Amino acid sequence: MKLQKATRFGLYATLELAANAGEQLSAGDIAEKYAVSINHLAKVLRTLGRARVIESVRGAGGGYRFAGNARRMTLLNIIELFEDIGPPAPEIEDPGEETGVGRALQDVLVEIDEISRATLGSITIETFLNMARRLKRPGEAGGVRAAE
Amino acid sequence: MSGVRQKAGTSARTAAGLADQGDTFRARPVIESDLAAITGLDKVNTGKAKPKYWRSLYERYRTPGRPRFFLVGESGGVFAGFIIGEVRAWEFGSPPCGWVFAIGVVPEQRVQNVGSRLFDELCRQFKQAGVDKIRTMLARQDNLVMSFFRSQGMMAGPFIELEKSLD
Repeated sequence: MKLQKATRFGLYATLELAANAGEQLSAGDIAEKYAVSINHLAKVLRTLGRARVIESVRGAGGGYRFAGNARRMTLLNIIELFEDIGPPAPEIEDPGEETGVGRALQDVLVEIDEISRATLGSITIETFLNMARRLKRPGEAGGVRAAE
Repeated sequence: MSGVRQKAGTSARTAAGLADQGDTFRARPVIESDLAAITGLDKVNTGKAKPKYWRSLYERYRTPGRPRFFLVGESGGVFAGFIIGEVRAWEFGSPPCGWVFAIGVVPEQRVQNVGSRLFDELCRQFKQAGVDKIRTMLARQDNLVMSFFRSQGMMAGPFIELEKSLD
């Protein structure tokens, strides 16, 4: 499974801000840490802001901060802001789908999609940050720490 | 079951524990008089009362011999939840490991670490029994319980469950 670039950036931004709950980070801070384009990240931050995952803080020292509930919000909630990872709508039929082979292939792909969704929908931001903390390299800059 | 994730600032979940955390929670082996509360909680969680099933589990788990654990959590002396697990060996080719078969937390007691503490206590007992792996199986749609187990650090293991309808 591969996520689109915007989705990955959205996850990076959400998780970085959640790891630093109560603090404000600039788009530049996040872009630098994850080595991503600040222009692309700015668009992603707007999407996250509209969904109330994060909020922007104006004024000197302003930036963005996490506005969600890290114990309730899941990776799937963030991913779905940027792309659909579920099975295709039933009315959309690919060529060959009416055949036995096509239907069997569809069943296998649906099974994979369902497992993906169940996995991503069961990992909260807090749980993920705990995982990331365990995998953090010694001396890694910035703070992926437990959400509070 | 929901809201059984660990609260920030309570990371010192010592195993022996449960009683040394400055509160009134404790885990203990199930007793017969717990069955009504367990059956009632299961009915709340699943919508179906299964008193015979719970009694048979109770009878099986109180029998000494195999490393089986049927634990009840009490908060302030009041029933708060339960957890059931057992060490199984070589089924599906798996070396001995601890299986969690059921967990339940009273709705009013959720978000107070009851599930986490029961889970910790079961892990401690599994370790004492000589295993170093804990495993469970649950419905893909059971997001709440899956989130709980993930919050305890559990991830997908090397096995996958397959099934078929017998027409």
